[in-house]
Amino acid sequence: MRAFTYERATSPAQAAAAVTQQPGAKFLAGGTNLLDLMKLEIETPRHLVDVQDLKLDTIAATEDGGLRIGALVTNTTLAADARVRRDYGVLTRAIVAGASGQLRNKATTAGNLLQRTRCPYFYDTNQPCNKRKPGSGCAALGGYSRQLAVIGTSEQCIATYPGDMAIALRVLDATVETVAADGRTRRIAIADFHRLPGDTPQRDTALEPGELITAVTLPKPLGGRHVYRKVRDRASYAFALVSVAAVIQRDGTGRVAFGGVAPKPWRVEAAEATLPEGARGVSARVFADARPTEDNRFKIPLAERTLAAVIAQAKA
Amino acid sequence: MKFDTPAGTNPIDRLQVVGQPTDRIDGPLKTTGTAPYAYERHDVAPNQAYGYIVSAGIAKGRISSMDTREAERAPGVLAIVTTLEHAKPLPLGKMNVAHLFGGAEVAHYHQAIALVVAETFEQARAAAALIRTTYARSDGRFDLAKAALSAGYEPIDDEAPNPQDVERVGDFAAAFAKAPVTVDQTYTTPGESHAMMEPFATIAAWEGEKLTVWTSNQMIAWSKASLAKILSIKPENLRIDSPFIGGGFGGKLFVRADAVLAALGAKKAGRAVKVAMQRPLMMNNSTHRPATIQHVRLGATRDGRLTAIHHSSTSSNLPGGGPEVAVQQTKLIYAAPNREYWLKLAVTDLPEGNAMRAPGEAPGLMVLEMAMDELAEKLAMDPVELRIVNDTLVDPAKPERRFSQRHLVECLRTGADRFGWSHRQAKPAQVRDGPWLVGMGMAVGFRNNLLQKSAARIKLGGDGKLTVETDMTDIGTGTYTILAQTAAEMLGVPIGDVMVKLGDSDFPASAGSGGQWGANNSTAGLYAACVKLREAVAQKLGFNASDATFAGGQVKAGNRSLPLVQAGPLTAEDGIEYGTLDKQYQQSTFAGHFVEVGVDAYTGETRIRRMLAVCDAGRIINPKSARSQVIGAMTMGAGAALMEELAVDKRFGFFVNHDLASYEVPVHADIPHQEVIFLDYPDDKSSPMKAKGVGELGICGVGAAIANAVYNATGVRVRDYPITLDKHLEKLPAIA
Repeated sequence: MRAFTYERATSPAQAAAAVTQQPGAKFLAGGTNLLDLMKLEIETPRHLVDVQDLKLDTIAATEDGGLRIGALVTNTTLAADARVRRDYGVLTRAIVAGASGQLRNKATTAGNLLQRTRCPYFYDTNQPCNKRKPGSGCAALGGYSRQLAVIGTSEQCIATYPGDMAIALRVLDATVETVAADGRTRRIAIADFHRLPGDTPQRDTALEPGELITAVTLPKPLGGRHVYRKVRDRASYAFALVSVAAVIQRDGTGRVAFGGVAPKPWRVEAAEATLPEGARGVSARVFADARPTEDNRFKIPLAERTLAAVIAQAKA
Repeated sequence: MKFDTPAGTNPIDRLQVVGQPTDRIDGPLKTTGTAPYAYERHDVAPNQAYGYIVSAGIAKGRISSMDTREAERAPGVLAIVTTLEHAKPLPLGKMNVAHLFGGAEVAHYHQAIALVVAETFEQARAAAALIRTTYARSDGRFDLAKAALSAGYEPIDDEAPNPQDVERVGDFAAAFAKAPVTVDQTYTTPGESHAMMEPFATIAAWEGEKLTVWTSNQMIAWSKASLAKILSIKPENLRIDSPFIGGGFGGKLFVRADAVLAALGAKKAGRAVKVAMQRPLMMNNSTHRPATIQHVRLGATRDGRLTAIHHSSTSSNLPGGGPEVAVQQTKLIYAAPNREYWLKLAVTDLPEGNAMRAPGEAPGLMVLEMAMDELAEKLAMDPVELRIVNDTLVDPAKPERRFSQRHLVECLRTGADRFGWSHRQAKPAQVRDGPWLVGMGMAVGFRNNLLQKSAARIKLGGDGKLTVETDMTDIGTGTYTILAQTAAEMLGVPIGDVMVKLGDSDFPASAGSGGQWGANNSTAGLYAACVKLREAVAQKLGFNASDATFAGGQVKAGNRSLPLVQAGPLTAEDGIEYGTLDKQYQQSTFAGHFVEVGVDAYTGETRIRRMLAVCDAGRIINPKSARSQVIGAMTMGAGAALMEELAVDKRFGFFVNHDLASYEVPVHADIPHQEVIFLDYPDDKSSPMKAKGVGELGICGVGAAIANAVYNATGVRVRDYPITLDKHLEKLPAIA
């Protein structure tokens, strides 16, 4: 871990200004991912701006019947919220499928969105990794890639977005609210929030330097059956090989997003039209452009079969 | 005490304390977080500084340069020890294959190349990142399958008739060709990591020429000799202390880099230094269970009698390393008139392969017992009956040599009955429970009972309390408790009156913890010391030792009775040494493993539903801690069957998943109801305790029982462990 300076921000705009002004500064919220990465010198911020005092820790109803979730609401609080459990069950189920009780107590909504890939080559600083060290190459290509992405990848990076919560947010069409150093706010659709690697895999999200997430909003409830199915080698405390978040209506129509398969939550709205006919058509369309490795080719049939399980569960 | 004839009746047979389910006497320390593990021993030496290990970033080659100038200037840095300070590697310790430190050559990934010592851990870590190392990489051999093509034969055991070649009995080829029913398959098992909770950790302090290391190690006497050799110091100037160990599984049988670096760092810094190996280094810096490619060919008559057995295994290691002896148990489990066994060893430049819980048997039985399941299916025979038909009560290689005890058939029959085996559908993929495909599987467990000399000291205090001292270790197994039980039984006092002190090289040398030999041998060694103490007590109190009984804190003979406390203080020391009973008799332990699994029909995920092990392992000294050992080993076997695999990067030559997030071991949610039944037949050939090893039996065979259950559930046979969903997904029954 490199030496760093530390301050506690007093307002969102002040936090954003602090990070913008100081080269190499980062926000610190729950720290469940950032501190681990700092210990391994994968992240080497020179200054941390702690946002824990910003009072962004409430969940409130919005005027259009949705919910506004403060950036600092913990995963535990969010998953347990009665409104979330009642109206956005897919979100609760996704959150509790991830990490452990202790981590969820500490991890925040915004921080969870920003967690970085678990690609083993990203974690091993002896190895080339374009995401960790731009231009150094990608050791995962041609290496051990069983956990890695099958779609949305580039020649520079095949890392997977590892989270669960964001897959549910994607299927719910959530919006990420931010504030910049000059106080300007903006709303980013969750679909546009995470980036594909292209030639700049070091940039995971659409956030500008210093831009601070203040909240995540959910539109009004969709009704239907909410399912989150996470497939993994062991029964708990493992990242998804494949996960499926779905909201399925009584008539079989609905929405579906996939985790564990791409550098971002993977949803192809156009493919959802055929959901009432079953998993095969949806999956074929969603993964039409997949470029798997030998190690992770199985994720494509696995995604289809997992979707079939989700549809069956929604019908039951 | 020499143990060279079968044990007669002795005070242990009273079973007032021994044989009773007994809570761990060290339990309160463990559950309150006050058991002093190596890294936490803040009180043993003043002014402890922190060491941080720097490791090689390549798998094979040479260090061209190391620039430590920036690191030396970093805040808090006290000393930096680099591998280049030594012209060549430090001497090898006992049973180490890869050297632990010294010289410019890099023999494997994450080999230790420097230690940074600083005032705080954070300062040491920060400075370590400032060392600039350049390498000249060389090509390495990292692919077992490729290296296997040029592998050479290795001896299977010391008694192999022709150690450099194939072991043959009868005419395997002819018998196999003639057999009406055969199995002929190749199987693979991956490299596995010990992945124990407590990493390698040591505090080292010098006083002049004398070095003390407080460490975490299974084998104190071996390690004392090894560390003295590595550091080129006299053994009498070295003390090792390891009273609590947070898991070892064979990874801590030998001295590791933490101890060497702590000693070198302490010398250079002139301070006590503590070093814990960083978790991401644990998999590549140290040892692992080697991957194997195994071939089994079985020939049988139509009524299931084996006529031909071939088992061979190829594994790899660094130059000078040994093979994984995966075929050894096959020589002893089943009799067939025609047999053929061989081992081959290939050279690779991956990290060192070495012992991990039940080396040989664990991967060997995963394969043999899957092949037996395949044979049972071809015979249309119940898998339990197939094992029973082929049971043997003698060593097949030396029919005059009987097993000291062998109740394998009873293990299997009891297990089948208790598990409800009769409900198993012989035809696979027949049972559904909602989305789950449900199957049952079984396998034989087998592991030898090894006799090793072991010594102990016992003191009777003036207060009537007993203190046991031996360099034996408790690696989480319950050793403290069974030694206290033994002393309490022998001297007739409550277990609360016995204090046990372990793991100090100044104490009498014990068998140590490994190869499931710890319990029987260390208690037998203490038994010998207790016999001596009883003699001394009797003499002091004026009894004839052979007439005296020790019970309820009293020593009695005839109508005379005196309190034991009157004899104190007294000290006695002795050990157990063995004659040839293990040559005259084959001494082994046996199990029947039964498992039920569910396989998700959609996703192919396997989840275990029930597990049962019926164990025949001599007298069970403490049924409670023995059960813990067996269920822990069953859990480890579940990991081996379903998830554990050191993933090799064959280009860069290292295990990629080198932390506990990416090397998955079972979590609580993976392990359902586990049941263990002990048959509890005392074995008078094993020791005066009549006990045998049990700590490894639970992992032996259980992986195959799981694999066979998966097959019974799905009808898809996966012969490459671990059985992850990707290996059978697309062959599963079609989904609706």
